[in-house]
Amino acid sequence: MNTMSISSVLNMPPTPALTVPRSALGSKGWTAVAAAVVAVLVLAPVLNLLVSPDSAFHLSDYALALIGKIMCYAICALAMDLIWGYTGILSLGHGLFFALGGYAMGMYLMRQIGRDGSYHSDLPDFMVFLDWKQVPWHWMWSESFIGQAILVVLVPGLLAFVFGFFAFRSRIKGVYFSIITQAMTFAAMLLFFRNETGFGGNNGFTDFKRIMGIPIAQPSTRMVLFVLTGLTLIGFYLMARWLVNTKFGRVLQAIRDAESRVMFCGYNPLAYKLAIWTLSAVMCGIAGALYVPQVGIINPSEMSPASGIEIAIWAAVGGRATLIGPIIGAFFVNGAKSWFTVAFPEFWLYFLGALFILVTLFLPDGIVGGVKKLLNKNAEVKA
Amino acid sequence: MTPELLEAGAEALHKHQHPNNAGESGGRAASYGRVVEPDQLDVTHGSILYLDDISVSFDGFKALNKLCLNIAVGEMRCIIGPNGAGKTTMMDVITGKTRPDAGTAYFGSTIDLLARRENEIAQIGIGRKFQKPTVFEQLSVFENLELALKADRRARASVFFRLKSEQLDRIGEMLKLIHLKDQAQRTAGLLSHGQKQWLEIGMLLMQDPKLLLLDEPVAGMTDEETERTAELFLSLEGAHSLVVVEHDMKFINELTTRGANADRKRVTVLHEGSVLAEGKLADVQSNEKVVEVYLGR
Repeated sequence: MNTMSISSVLNMPPTPALTVPRSALGSKGWTAVAAAVVAVLVLAPVLNLLVSPDSAFHLSDYALALIGKIMCYAICALAMDLIWGYTGILSLGHGLFFALGGYAMGMYLMRQIGRDGSYHSDLPDFMVFLDWKQVPWHWMWSESFIGQAILVVLVPGLLAFVFGFFAFRSRIKGVYFSIITQAMTFAAMLLFFRNETGFGGNNGFTDFKRIMGIPIAQPSTRMVLFVLTGLTLIGFYLMARWLVNTKFGRVLQAIRDAESRVMFCGYNPLAYKLAIWTLSAVMCGIAGALYVPQVGIINPSEMSPASGIEIAIWAAVGGRATLIGPIIGAFFVNGAKSWFTVAFPEFWLYFLGALFILVTLFLPDGIVGGVKKLLNKNAEVKA
Repeated sequence: MTPELLEAGAEALHKHQHPNNAGESGGRAASYGRVVEPDQLDVTHGSILYLDDISVSFDGFKALNKLCLNIAVGEMRCIIGPNGAGKTTMMDVITGKTRPDAGTAYFGSTIDLLARRENEIAQIGIGRKFQKPTVFEQLSVFENLELALKADRRARASVFFRLKSEQLDRIGEMLKLIHLKDQAQRTAGLLSHGQKQWLEIGMLLMQDPKLLLLDEPVAGMTDEETERTAELFLSLEGAHSLVVVEHDMKFINELTTRGANADRKRVTVLHEGSVLAEGKLADVQSNEKVVEVYLGR
């Protein structure tokens, strides 16, 4: 759909407002994406691996790990924006999908430890501790990277699909949907806390040694994981940007604004909601799988109700229904959190609380919404 | 034997030998040996909407009480009634939003409306305008019409949807018809109340429905806009069937006393969930029972 054809029918000059929502990304947008790719692919590796640690331009391992971790969070925030910002469905269960993806990857990493664990057994340490003689059935693919990679997508996807099908078919909406997603997350957390479930109980998985036979802690492995995460984030962003600019994306926004009208237009909202909900869950699962090898631990606290709420907060702080906003929000909130915890370890929670109050009061449309408003005002003053 | 009789005889023989051409009714072949096609509107019996003995109650309150209504193909039927008479509930039943406790509802003679969901009913050709104008506020006027445009409604088809030039023309025509051509790129939420009403009517027409249900379409419109709406509806009559619920008697008067078959247009009065009176507007207005209901005893 290009702007020329609309304006030729309407016989009027195209207004600037007409071009912005229609094209997936403007030339400025593509430049920014290219810059992000260069930063992830070239800048970060060079500054971290080649520049000497004494130089001011050196990117420390700590900073690299932090950015890598936040990029995983940003993928979750992006997924949240698709389901909440664009479709109007607030999910508090995205922490669960993130953790499920993480656990699927963690199982593979546990088996990669091999006999290097404290018990020198083929089984992961916690199984030896529980006196299990063989791996349980749901660990059957755990020695294969491909098998677990499939599970990273399949488990969150399938759970979201089945859960979403029943919830959306019963027309559960608004706060009720949020509450049951929250309840589902809580139930899963309790399940994963138990030793007999076979996921390491409250200790979860940690002490990873290798990934695909390569030592996981060495700088080059960490860099590969960092680059992969960055490219995944950029790829997901482009996919989301494309999707919301299709008619499918506009139906999602229509569902958010007036679902009954969508139905009386002949659309079945179930299919649309289910599709975006499942996609969103899969994105979170992949983010979790990228997160675990970088952070080196996964335990049931990732499924705590607070984690799902945090994802929603990143999206809200950055600006809903903007796609770039939630990514900015994830970096801003987590960056602030890291800085506060170091600079003011006793007060950081107060700072964080104040931040949320200020954003709610003065930036109801998030950071991106606030910046847009400011730019519009400047443009008006100039005109 | 006169030549006329010979001709008539030949015609009769031809009809006998080709029974399919024996006669046509409502654009369909005659009524014997015909297969009922699912989702295909069958109006050979002249009726597009048939409600019989529909009852709906909410917590003991009877919103509809054995309501019967029959709308003919191409008819424009105005429905009036005091608040709480069940007008909106009736539309809810027809469009699948509310399931009645008892009764039957048919679209044409073969499609059972009570067995279908809202989106299916919309797809087979019943369009509905809500009392409160409902448009997609965050989307532009153009995008609103684009979504309503008749096209494959499935999710996968929407992902790969591309607007064709004739569809673009159709949206352009519709923008002209609903007087929103200059506002095409405006966000729908910024339109005035009357303009939103027009946009919603435009969205209905984009779906190309056979039957239009219009719930208070001129509420909040200026006199001039009301006038134009009446004109639009009169132009739709015949090609579409219309059911108009309104309180504005001037508007009802306009709709029923003008147009091609003004002398045959009927008005239905609903009261306490069933039909109180039906007939020409003048007759209905002088009906004692109707006067009693409207003015109180």
